[in-house]
Amino acid sequence: MATYSTNEFRGGLKLLLDGDPCTIIENEFVKPGKGQAFNRVRIRNLKTGRVLEKTFKSGETVEAADVIDRDLQYLYNDGEFWHFMDNETYEQYQADENAMTEALKWVKDQDVCTVTLWNGAPIAVEAPNFVVLEITETDPGLKGDTSGGGGKPATLETGAVVRVPLFIQTGEKIKVDTRTGDYVSRVKDE
Amino acid sequence: MSAGSKTNSLAIDWRPGAEIGALRARAAMLAELRAYFAEHGVLEVETPLLCRGGGTDPQIEPLTTRFNGPGFPGGVELYLQTSPEFAMKRLLAAGSGSIYQICKAFRDGEAGRLHNPEFTMLEWYRPGFDLMQLMDEVTAVLRLALGSSALAVEHMSHATSFEQELAIDIFGITVSELQAFAVDHDLIGAAQLELDKDGWLDLLMSHLIQPALGKDCLCFVTDYPASQAALARMNPDGRTAARFEVFHRGIELANGFHELIDAGEQAARFEADNCKRKSEGQCPVVVDRQLLAAMEVGLPDCAGVAVGLDRVLMLRSGYDDIDSVLSFSLSRT
Repeated sequence: MATYSTNEFRGGLKLLLDGDPCTIIENEFVKPGKGQAFNRVRIRNLKTGRVLEKTFKSGETVEAADVIDRDLQYLYNDGEFWHFMDNETYEQYQADENAMTEALKWVKDQDVCTVTLWNGAPIAVEAPNFVVLEITETDPGLKGDTSGGGGKPATLETGAVVRVPLFIQTGEKIKVDTRTGDYVSRVKDE
Repeated sequence: MSAGSKTNSLAIDWRPGAEIGALRARAAMLAELRAYFAEHGVLEVETPLLCRGGGTDPQIEPLTTRFNGPGFPGGVELYLQTSPEFAMKRLLAAGSGSIYQICKAFRDGEAGRLHNPEFTMLEWYRPGFDLMQLMDEVTAVLRLALGSSALAVEHMSHATSFEQELAIDIFGITVSELQAFAVDHDLIGAAQLELDKDGWLDLLMSHLIQPALGKDCLCFVTDYPASQAALARMNPDGRTAARFEVFHRGIELANGFHELIDAGEQAARFEADNCKRKSEGQCPVVVDRQLLAAMEVGLPDCAGVAVGLDRVLMLRSGYDDIDSVLSFSLSRT
């Protein structure tokens, strides 16, 4: 069983706390001049996404979590699981809805996602920062209006809804920032 | 210079953590402090950073090094001082009168937003002063160093701070009640911590009380429990010590004592500290016999205080990380 001492704590370190894999967001060393030293750590639970603050006595050791991030290619959804493949080893992985969270709004086949694996199984999937998706439905804009002021909702091929400028039409492809859900630009087919 | 080494030097972060403005602020603060002490008849002194005896406090771990050379054929282990206290007390016993020192102090294991293993300490001693007189002078010096001449002052005993903020009677409460309190107050991890009573008080102080201390003022917390007396004499009540700490905007800036002058009591505290060190698996620290000898001859009745100047400079200049006021903190050396 691998362990880390509090002296190894830093952002990104993966710990096993109360049976759940967690990642350190921030580590603060707290010590009164003549008193006990503590590490007060902000931690994200990788299964629930919950952020909490936990205090350790400096010098303690904590169990490490076998967590790694991999770039995997999204293949398909079978109705229950989202399937991914490692393009180097051809090993396949299946992620459930809990692991997909926001990513399921943005991914389509061929996209390469950052997948967090715990003991070899996906627990979190992060969509690429930018994706290109086709608009399946949006109200026709007024002819000649290219100002873009205001905008309108548009439904994308994955089912996600984003606000787009008025001149964007059904069937066009657009680039979206998945971190904010914002329209970035129109994409012309090559 | 070859092209290769040029590429390398660009990749290495060689720059200081402090902006040039912060270096200037430090120089100005040091000049103001030296002018203050000169004007008030306090003598500037220097004492060794390398010492054969050291502080025994189990919560303060010294760094050590070795000297090999004339007089020490087998070499000798030396402590980098954790504070200049012992040497300055020997000067006081030798009749120095009021003295101050601005020096580096070293502590193993301490690094973070408010800690660097090597830091700048201002320490001074006032023969004939009681704690109230020293706290008045600390107020004047910190107002000067912080550049805030009208800064308000608040005094609160250690027990009162716990009573007011947490409704805890620190003298009556037990270790298991302290743990239950921490768990009830959502200090996550408290359920798994193994601490003694002082450890629990430190946890509650640093997590729940200290962040709000001295928000718009200098907050003096006084009369620490006997178990946290360090090198302060006991108060007549028998359960608290004549020790204070100063907090400003939630940050600990200074620690002062009405100094213990009884050599026998001092020797007993050294021994108790080293016993605790052994039981916790820490190395015992070589006791400073010369300090004990000086105290036997006679340390004048005096009060003394140590101030962490890097933190003062942080607050003076509006930084929130000690790295921003040090030319090169540990990670940059």
